[in-house]
Amino acid sequence: MLMPLFQKTKTLENKFDDFLNVTVETGLTFQLGFKSYFDKEFEKLEEYVTTIRSLESKGDLLRRDVENQLYSETLIPESRGDVLALLENIDNITNLTERTLLELSIEKPEIAEEFYSDFLNLIESMVSTVDEVINTTRSFISDPLKIKNSIHKVYFWEKEADKHAEKLKRAVFEKAELELGKKFHLRYFILAIDSIADLAEDVADRLAIYSIKRSI
Amino acid sequence: MLIFIFLSSGLFLGWSLGANDASNIFGTAVGTKMLKFRTAAIVASIFVVLGAVISGTGTSHTLGKLGAVNEISGAFMVALSAGFTVFWMTKLKLPVSTSQAVVGSIIGWNWFSGTLTDYNALIKILLSWITSPMLAAVFAIIIYFIVRKFTMVFKVSLFRLDTYTRIGLILIGSFGAYSLGANNIANVMGVFVPISPFKTFSFAGIDISGLEQLFLIGGLSIAVGIMTYSKKVMETVGTGLVKMSPQAALVVVASMSLVLFLFASNSLHTFLVSHHLPAFPLVPVSSSQLVIGAVVGIGIAHGGKNIKYSVLGRIASGWISTPIISAIITFVALFFLQNVFDQNVYKNVSYKFSAIAIEKLEEQEIIIPPKKIKKYYKNAISLKRDLLRKKIASKSSIRTILNYTQYDNLRIDHLDTFNRQSSNYLSEDEISAINLLKNQEFAYRWQFKEAMAELNGFWKIPENNINSLTEYEAKVDYICDYFTQNKYVKIK
Repeated sequence: MLMPLFQKTKTLENKFDDFLNVTVETGLTFQLGFKSYFDKEFEKLEEYVTTIRSLESKGDLLRRDVENQLYSETLIPESRGDVLALLENIDNITNLTERTLLELSIEKPEIAEEFYSDFLNLIESMVSTVDEVINTTRSFISDPLKIKNSIHKVYFWEKEADKHAEKLKRAVFEKAELELGKKFHLRYFILAIDSIADLAEDVADRLAIYSIKRSI
Repeated sequence: MLIFIFLSSGLFLGWSLGANDASNIFGTAVGTKMLKFRTAAIVASIFVVLGAVISGTGTSHTLGKLGAVNEISGAFMVALSAGFTVFWMTKLKLPVSTSQAVVGSIIGWNWFSGTLTDYNALIKILLSWITSPMLAAVFAIIIYFIVRKFTMVFKVSLFRLDTYTRIGLILIGSFGAYSLGANNIANVMGVFVPISPFKTFSFAGIDISGLEQLFLIGGLSIAVGIMTYSKKVMETVGTGLVKMSPQAALVVVASMSLVLFLFASNSLHTFLVSHHLPAFPLVPVSSSQLVIGAVVGIGIAHGGKNIKYSVLGRIASGWISTPIISAIITFVALFFLQNVFDQNVYKNVSYKFSAIAIEKLEEQEIIIPPKKIKKYYKNAISLKRDLLRKKIASKSSIRTILNYTQYDNLRIDHLDTFNRQSSNYLSEDEISAINLLKNQEFAYRWQFKEAMAELNGFWKIPENNINSLTEYEAKVDYICDYFTQNKYVKIK
């Protein structure tokens, strides 16, 4: 009687873990996608778009599976609401990441070479923010004492993302020869990438509260 | 049929115990949806019955020492008065415990019948009421830190912790239900033990003693209470009174169950006594108060904040008010039952200072000058008053004096009828031994016990085993009731 019970728990743990892995991979794929765009490797970009789309779908499936199992088997009644909210908010990160790369592939904005390194720095900060929030989520599930170790890193990288975003926006709008329309186009992408980091920070804020509730 | 009418008050107590106290074990688990009510109710019912039948003797023995209600109508009224006290105080939203109400009722019967209350037993019981919630708090603190350390060291995931908690709640809940049955069956059936109408019977090669049958019926009444009424109470406990995580609930149930077990386990008691270690008294304690003690323990483990001391104050006031109210209600009820409904609520127990009794007391180093005392005393209270007033004996020797002067006036005859009637209760060898005493007379039951012990091994007085001692005393009571030449008296 106990073995199937432990098997179900293991399956749930694995699905949750896979869901978090999907979010990390989405961030990395996004980073590689932008690099391909800057390197003018457009076929590679399309491959990364396809990859990120399938990752996003996989993430949705895993999220729904976990939610269904939590509800149908009335698991973790005390923390279920928190965990479900966590799943939804992390899924928003994946969704915005996928949407932004797709927009890059469709709209193909004109990005001057002088802005490449700033864009890559912004993306790197964003990816680090997402990585750290995923680490924090893993700590929340298995090792609540370690949450403090990673949560401050989330805030650090989010601040870095804000700094890079501001620097980049100023640089774009100070470039006199660039048309206003193109400036706004670049601004959209800067804002979108910064928003991904903001979403990760929101998740970290919630985790800080959930971890207090998690103590017995 | 009449027997069951008299037992009904005990069964009512059992039902209300099941309805209310099962929530202390499974309330949070059901209220937080960690367990389905059906699972909790089935597990609780099975283990409560097992606990009552297998381990219920110890606490009943202690209650019996406090006051042995020797008439079934008296026992009926004692249980009914205790049940009514619990019901009435619950309605008034006053803190009340079944254990404390039953103790008060027994004392009320003692007052009415002129029986001396065993103050040693009473002090043991009172101290247990105070120490048991404290012990629950201590256990809660220890278990809390163990559970916390376990989750930290082994980095148990939220999902796995949920599974472990569910399994833990069932296992510990089973232990808790067993301990509840073992500890609290005395509240339900304890007063009926001295006058139990049940005789041993065999079923599929297993002998089920009268005592076990009594506790089985009591246990079943608790199980019925769990099945029929505890759902509402469980849902209130789980979502209302004290908000606890399922892991905290596990700690509370574990602490409560351990304390209930310690105050009920015959084998543990025997083990400690035989190794000359201090043993826990076998006393029924309140599971609700143990829960509060354990919750306070967790509050202390969290740093001592948010402990509502007013709640503790209310519990302490209940220790005093409940037994007093229960004793008064019982006294009044017994008066009505005896004088209005013409029911004998106690058998008169008188005391005789014969030369042989005085000699026996001298062997115990208690010197009674015969000229200073009466030859007969109508009850224990008048004997005690006279001896203390005349400074013939000390308070500590009164119990011994009562034991050796209780006048049973036994004559061993009409054995054919006795042999026929007792064949289901006593073994063939036990009956044969008694037949060897044909036509002998014994003024005192201690003489009778000594004579039987000399005959053969079947009537040796058991030592250090409460189960055997309780069974032995019940059989001696049965035999003495049969052969006594005394008639019980209707007091007008």
